[in-house]
Amino acid sequence: MKKTVFAGFGGQGVLMMGYVFAVAAMRDGREVTYLPAYGAEMRGGTANCTVVVSDEEIFSPVSSSPDFAVIMNKPSLVKYEGVMNGGGTIFLNSNHVSRELTRDDLTSIRIPAVEIAKELGSERVVNMIMLGAFAAHTRMTSLDSIMNGLSEIVKDTKASIMKLNRRGLDRGAEYILKGDSR
Amino acid sequence: MDKKLLMRGSQVIGEAAIRAGCRFYAGYPITPQNEIPEFMSGAMADLEGGTFIQAESEIAAINMVIGASMAGARAMTSSSSPGISLKQEGISFLAALELPAVIVNVMRGGPGLGNIAPSQGDYFQATRGGGHGDYRSIVLAPAHGQELADLTRKAFEYADRYRTPVMILADGMMGQMMEPVVFPDPINLDELPPKPWVLDGAQGRPSRIIKSLILDTVEMEEHNWKLDRKYKIISGEIPHAETYMTEDAKLVVVAYGTAARIARGGIKRAREMGLKVGLLRPVTLWPFPDRAIREMSRLVKDFMVFEMNTGQMIDDVRLSLEGRSNVHFYGRPGGIVSTPDEIGKAISSLYYRQHLKED
Repeated sequence: MKKTVFAGFGGQGVLMMGYVFAVAAMRDGREVTYLPAYGAEMRGGTANCTVVVSDEEIFSPVSSSPDFAVIMNKPSLVKYEGVMNGGGTIFLNSNHVSRELTRDDLTSIRIPAVEIAKELGSERVVNMIMLGAFAAHTRMTSLDSIMNGLSEIVKDTKASIMKLNRRGLDRGAEYILKGDSR
Repeated sequence: MDKKLLMRGSQVIGEAAIRAGCRFYAGYPITPQNEIPEFMSGAMADLEGGTFIQAESEIAAINMVIGASMAGARAMTSSSSPGISLKQEGISFLAALELPAVIVNVMRGGPGLGNIAPSQGDYFQATRGGGHGDYRSIVLAPAHGQELADLTRKAFEYADRYRTPVMILADGMMGQMMEPVVFPDPINLDELPPKPWVLDGAQGRPSRIIKSLILDTVEMEEHNWKLDRKYKIISGEIPHAETYMTEDAKLVVVAYGTAARIARGGIKRAREMGLKVGLLRPVTLWPFPDRAIREMSRLVKDFMVFEMNTGQMIDDVRLSLEGRSNVHFYGRPGGIVSTPDEIGKAISSLYYRQHLKED
């Protein structure tokens, strides 16, 4: 069983990342839960959600000691670094989070997602770049599953936008596979 | 593609209600269940003969449900703890008038305005009637997404079958969380049994009267006994509990809803340590599955009630056991959601304290 937290500012597509990942994992045949922060926790402009993926029954959907975190801004790193499971991995949007981790038992993977997105011509795919990197590293689901999940969620989206999302996923994954993030 | 959908609990309740033939919904917003009225507003607009009303208050909403039910509709309202308190007068009226209706309580921390986190603080209110007068409401306690769908269907069936209000007792976690769910096919409204009591215009037939003002004491007493006979039938027919790893258990955890789900995680950890622990999960909170618990007491001498409150269902567990076994309690009120690890520790600590390891 693996718990992943997706966290960042509202508008960075944080909840969408988690939702797409959860649908992809469900279609892969895994057990999943998706729990968004809600109500007062959403105030102040931060957003987060927890996705649990397992081959067995999931008892708690809560983000106590996540194994992975996809962190889009500095306040989210402050919030989640301390609660990570020992040996966990944090994926950092390095254009927004520059500082090093304070815990040395965690692995950090830095992805200049905003920079890559600019190369692709749209900052709206920052979340897909991060998700592509996350999927390539964790191998919890495939890029194809993510694309299928995405088209299931955002029906009637223009083909050009779906193409852009796919390129975002690919570039994020490439960044990991080429080893640039070390 | 398989029929599994990843859906938020609140929307699962809404979709399941529509598929169960609900054609009237009235509600007033309150976190953490706003996605129910949100969903219903869209779904009812797409349905022929569907009505959605955002009422001016919770009290108005439950009274609109009374009216819709009188006219024969499968009707529902939903709210969260403070809003459910406001609906209690209407629920009492539904019981007195013998009208079917489904009321969803997505519980949050209380008392008072409390907070918006998941809680089980409304057990007493739900199972003891909540409103005034000598009545009961059927209370169903789902524990996961699929059960939200299945028990919403059941809620409408029970409401019609027994002509009584049925409450679905969920919590903020269930309302917000997304899980895979497979919906049953929609019912055919034309195939439902006729309701020969509805107020739908008396042209060509004698008029019918549905009222709860019964000034004659003898008549009122008879009405109370009539309701009581109905409640006894319900108590005989629908109590339901689920068990998990109880076959050889020396300690049985009793928990419902989200608490039961987390308890399963705790029990799994305890089992890995070699402790013989199981779970009994009441699915109906009223009528309470007292016989299932009593029968278990022949083999189990220690029960641990786990609730997300300071101890409410424990009273029903004690009443069921009638002193036959020890009843212990572990609770977290106020909107705290325990981890399976925490429950595992509570279980193992009790297990050793009661010297169950040595036996």
